[in-house]
This record gives sequence, C-alpha cells and structure tokens, in this order.
Amino acid sequence: MTFSTELEAKFARLLASYPPGRQRSAMIPMLMFAQDELGCVSAELVNEVARRIGVTPVQVEEVLTYYSMLHRKPLGKAHVQVCTNISCLLTGGAELWEQACSRLGIGHKEVLPDGSISLEEVECIGACSWAPAIQVNYQFHHFVTPEKLDRLLASLRNENPHAV
Amino acid sequence: MLYNEPSPLEIKVLTRRFGLPNSAHIDTYLATDGYKALRKALEMTPKDIIEEVKVSNLRGRGGAGFPVGMKWSFVPRDSPKPKYIVVNADESEPGTCKDRLLMEFDPHQLIEGMLIGALAVDAHAGYIYIRGEYRYLIDILDKAIAEAYERGYLGRNILGTGFHFDAYTHTGAGAYECGEESALLESLEGKRGVPRIRPPFPAVVGAFQCPTILNNVESFCAVPPIIRDGGKAFADLGVPKAGGTKLTCLSGHINKPGVYELPLGFPVDKMIQEVGGGIRGGKKLKAFIPGGSSCPVLTAAECEGLTMDYDAMAARKTMLGSGGVVIMDQDTDMVKAALRIMRFYAHESCGWCIPCREGTAWLRKILQRFSDGLGVRGDINLIGELAKNMLGRTFCPLGDAAALPTISIVEKFRDEFEAYLTRQPPPSRAEEPLRVIA
Ligand SMILES: Cc1cc2nc3c(=O)[nH]c(=O)nc-3n(C[C@H](O)[C@H](O)[C@H](O)COP(=O)(O)O)c2cc1C
Ligand code: FES
Repeated sequence: MTFSTELEAKFARLLASYPPGRQRSAMIPMLMFAQDELGCVSAELVNEVARRIGVTPVQVEEVLTYYSMLHRKPLGKAHVQVCTNISCLLTGGAELWEQACSRLGIGHKEVLPDGSISLEEVECIGACSWAPAIQVNYQFHHFVTPEKLDRLLASLRNENPHAV
Repeated sequence: MLYNEPSPLEIKVLTRRFGLPNSAHIDTYLATDGYKALRKALEMTPKDIIEEVKVSNLRGRGGAGFPVGMKWSFVPRDSPKPKYIVVNADESEPGTCKDRLLMEFDPHQLIEGMLIGALAVDAHAGYIYIRGEYRYLIDILDKAIAEAYERGYLGRNILGTGFHFDAYTHTGAGAYECGEESALLESLEGKRGVPRIRPPFPAVVGAFQCPTILNNVESFCAVPPIIRDGGKAFADLGVPKAGGTKLTCLSGHINKPGVYELPLGFPVDKMIQEVGGGIRGGKKLKAFIPGGSSCPVLTAAECEGLTMDYDAMAARKTMLGSGGVVIMDQDTDMVKAALRIMRFYAHESCGWCIPCREGTAWLRKILQRFSDGLGVRGDINLIGELAKNMLGRTFCPLGDAAALPTISIVEKFRDEFEAYLTRQPPPSRAEEPLRVIA
C-alpha cells in the first residue's frame, strides 16, 4: 500500500519510537493515523500494518475490535459525536442527541446516504466543565445550545439553516 | 484562549502560565522559571529528588491518591533492565477535563516533570499515552518535544551533563479502561487494553516488562514546582497528609463551571458558592460527585463542613478521585443519573473478568427497565445487592468504579426509586410482560 509522504514519515517516526523488538507498540497509532487519511481500517490496511510491525493480520484485527475509535467502515465526512455522559446529561446533552438524530434522520453510528455526516452518541470526551459538548471529527464544540447545533449541522450539510 | 475565567480564590502553581501569551512555547516557559527545576535536579542525587517529592506530600492525581514519592521509591534503580516513564494522559473519567488544559497551555511543565522523574529512577525514555479524542494535544506536545530537543532539554547529553532522555507521544484509540494503569501498559504494547494481574506493580514490571513510573499528567506537572521551590512549600499549601493544589473541574448545575486550581482542604461549600458562583437558577444542591463518576455520590447534608481532601472524603466513605466535581441540583432525577453512569461502565468494561462484564451489563439492563417505568419493588434491593457483589471481586478496579456510585445512589436516594414504582408505565409499554431490556 502507498500512503502520503506525511503519513509515511509518521510511520517511520512511530516505528523508531519504541524499544528494539517492540515495534508492535506502533500498531494502534499507525491504525489511527492511517484511518484519518483513508477513512477507515480496510482489510488491506490491516495486512499492511501487520506486515510492517511483524505480526499476523489476525493480531491486528484482535486489537482493532477493542477500540471504539477504530472502525472498518467509513464514517461521514463530518463525524458528529454527541456526549451524553453525566456532566453533559445534566446540561442538555441527551436532548442535543435526540435533536441531532431527528434532524438528520439517522441514529447511533449511522451515516447519511450522501456520506456527509455520521452520528455517534459518545462517552465523556473531557469537556465536562464546558458541557454540553460535541466533537466533530477531532474538533471540540463547547456549551452547545440547540440553536448552535442546528447551525452546526446546517453548515456541515452545506445547506441553509432553514432546510435542516 | 482560556476556557473559563480564573477565580480569585485559586492558588496558581501548576496553572500559573495559563493565559500568558503563547504559554505553550518554550520561550514563554524559559522566561517563567522553566527548566530551572531540571537544572537543580541534575545536581541532586536520585535519593534526594525522591525525598523532596516525599516531603511535598504529593499524592497521585489520577484517582487513587497514592503518594508519588513513595511510588517512585519502589523502582529498583539498580535493576539491569531499562526503566521507563509513562504519563497517563488518558483522561476519561467522566467529569474530568483538567489534564487537557495542562497539556494544552503548559506542555513543557509536563516534559520537565518527566525528566525529573527520569533522573530519580534512571530512565532514558518516556511515553505520554494520550486518549485518542485529544488529537490536537498530540500536535501541541510533539511541537513542545521538538522545541525541547532543539534547545538541549531532551536527547543526548542534556544540558551538557551526559544525561540522555527521549520523550514520545502515543495515541490511544477510545477505551476508558486504558486509563487503568496496567491496561494502559498493555495498550502501549499494541494489545487490547486488558488489565494485568498485580503484583508485580508497574514500578517493578511495567512498560515492556521493565521498571516504570506511571503517573497522571497532573502528578508529573506538580514535580517541577516541587523541586524548584522545595517540597515543603508545596506541602504547606495543602493539608497535613496531602500537599499542594488540585485542579478541580466543576461541572453540572453550577453557575460558573470550569477548571480551577484550589489548595487541598478547600471547603466544598465555598467552592460551590464562591468559586462556582452557586447552583444554577438559585436552586438547592441535591447530590455531589467529588472526583469523577467512579466515586460514591454525596447528599447535600453530607457536604456540610466537608473539605476537598483525600482523608476528609474517605471519612465520608467517598474519594477525592480525579478532581471531577459534578453538581446536581434539587430537580435531578437520580434514577436517570444512575442509569447513565451504569451505561458508561457497561460500555467500557473490557470484558476480561466475569463479575465486571456481567455485573455492569445486568445492572444497566435493570436500571434501564426501572427507568422505563417497568421496574418492580424487588429491583431496588437487587440493584444494591448486585453492585455489592461486584465490590472487590473484579480483576481491576473498574468493577468497583461501577458499583460504588450505584450503591450510593440507590441507598441514599431510595425514595426516588420508590417513587418510580408508583408511576404508570408509558402507554406503549403497559401491556408488555416484565422483561429485561437488552
Ligand atoms: C477504570 C480505571 C480508569 C482510570 N482512568 C485513569 C485516567 O484516565 N487517568 C489517570 O491518570 N488515571 C486513571 N486511572 C488510575 C490509574 O490506574 C493510576 O492509578 C494512575 O494513573 C496513577 O497515577 P497517579 O498515582 O499519579 O494518580 C484509572 C483507573 C481505573 C481503575
Ligand atoms: S461528560 Fe460530556 S464531556 Fe465529560
């Protein structure tokens, strides 16, 4: 498989980050960074990472299934993650989650047919003091209100706010 | 830009650079006493470094509150194996959002803390294990690490002393359990985040099966001020058995939520009223989580005269935990709160041991059924008993973390569970036979 030069540089750096014989340690970071570039962890990527760190593909699969941020199918271009854990629950996070589902007509871990947006109800994302919080891909949104959420979804769909 | 206004009641030791222009840059750090503690530590013996940390009464800030100096003293310095520094930056205890700020606004303080730890135990490599969601912090830390190499604070022959140390960031990929130290070490080796049996503890058999000091971000960040200004100065900020300040994350029904650095022993009432600006909407306090959702919940009455310190919390049968304070007002539905908390643990249980995997799953189902209005009287005791049966019987403390808040809620707010029984089930469900919802 070929990757961008930035990703190859990252891989090289990762493989040199761990003690000799411990290249397996690079597995999860490699999968995460590659997923960011490719959109998901494909079977081809599993084989490639396995080859580069010297393990079998099934050893990569075993790890891959454990971690909630690694996924085999592509998510939406914007992956909207709504936290409903305790601090967000107390400040309206559950309502934001309902709102997002009903506006988009999709549910947990589902993707819009055009691939623009996917949704996920997530556990605490470390923004409790600025709750309710949402993450779009890696970007945090704090103190989210129903209006802010509508505007956000509209901009992600590239439509005018009234169409959401 | 800061995420919240500081409070005049804060004592800014670890957060003193927050809000400075370009606070993450090495020049800002160096202009404000940065890497002075490292210079001092390079002249000290390892034993003296550890002694100074012991004098500071610094206790672990990740949740368990174990004395940091003592933990460091367990590392067999003369072992022929390499030694490692591991920073727990997994920060995923619900209610906690402080390590994020320490890394965003002052990454060099963390690097300096790692370096001093490395001198204490003769380590030459260190890893910062950062939760996957905090991707932007990897960029910030990588940049800070690069600056430190460039200026001779990392790498070979640090400041011309012959000491060498390499620092690396390592991303997680979404798993609360990987904050548990032994699961973190498994994950760092490219495996599923399943806990290890202890003993041996990480100090003896840690990263890559070698002696390791593993501490929370905030614990490492406290070390440069301790070495720079002396352990005693730090100890004096707190209470007799717990020194220094604690980054406290106020969230929930509070007027001024935010992260505040408060001295240990700070009164809870003053924290809510004066630092946090009181309960939202002028309402009354109903329940209080002192340090992340794994802690037993306190009632308003139990908060009277309470101070934010490890022993005071232990006396009320709860924990200071990670510093994630969650405020719940008089209108909070405690059944729903208990359910949401259990949904989290059931989702995050790694599945390795049966009491935790099954216990959290069944508690979630029973609480869901109850919250849906389909509960029966026997459920109330069942929830408490099931949770108690998990206590101390799981492979790692995640089981306790799930059981403790649940037991406290069902015991202290039993009347709310009783009240649920008198509610009519939702019409669509009324005809359903009693069943457990998957
Ligand atoms: C389920 C579970 C999750 C944990 N999550 C974290 C975490 O996210 N961050 C952290 O620093 N410690 C966490 N801990 C505590 C660590 O196991 C460990 O005690 C801590 O990192 C040690 O550092 P300290 O002594 O400096 O606190 C967790 C513990 C358990 C049982
Ligand atoms: S509870 Fe939502 S960010 Fe922590």
